[in-house]
Amino acid sequence: MNVSCKEATRLMSQSQDRELSLGERAALKLHLAICRGCRAVSDQLEFLRRAVRRLGED
Amino acid sequence: MPGDFRARVEALRPYLLKFASLQLRQREAAEDAVQETLLAALGAEASYAGRANLRTWLTGILKHKIVDAIRRASREHTLEGEDGTEDLDALFTERGHWVEHPQPWGNPDGALQEKQFLAALEACLRRLPERTGRVFLLREHMGMETDEICKELGLSATHCWVLLYRARMALRECLEQTWFSER
Repeated sequence: MNVSCKEATRLMSQSQDRELSLGERAALKLHLAICRGCRAVSDQLEFLRRAVRRLGED
Repeated sequence: MPGDFRARVEALRPYLLKFASLQLRQREAAEDAVQETLLAALGAEASYAGRANLRTWLTGILKHKIVDAIRRASREHTLEGEDGTEDLDALFTERGHWVEHPQPWGNPDGALQEKQFLAALEACLRRLPERTGRVFLLREHMGMETDEICKELGLSATHCWVLLYRARMALRECLEQTWFSER
């Protein structure tokens, strides 16, 4: 199953909120393996989560 | 000593206000939530007794007050125009490919050590549409589960996921423009 970059970003985001289905996980993994831009965004979304948790901490 | 407890609670007011200000954009609403928290805390000293961390305990109370405030506000007015992903369309071609290929950020975790970076992140958060920002902060800053947030705000799960998706993409874009492309 091929997904577009737009669909891949949607799945990356949802993976932070719910468990992706087996098919979704496979599609995302395949897409990330061939798409450098989406790999960068995937790292950035994970970083964003770490960063927001730091807010308000001293 | 009762006076001592009161002083320790009061000393945490600035921290609580900062926390609340992130979630509630109106200064007044944030101050109200903190005030209610301090009052509740002073009335519940007995239930604090023996707990290790006063700040954690107070933050727990504050979270409930914030959720109450958000629930009240979202009952008062529904916000329009925050439901689709049209604003993301500019990032992608019609076939869903990137218009401009994203590049990795250099050493983002190093940026976390910089006060200025956290200020830039807060500025980006404030640029999000109101409800989008709220849902995002409930999820990521307060660490609530998505289904809890949906239930509190009367949204469907799908709707919540869309708002969170938009928030993350908008924040990524904003940080890229205001911070990482400048380095």
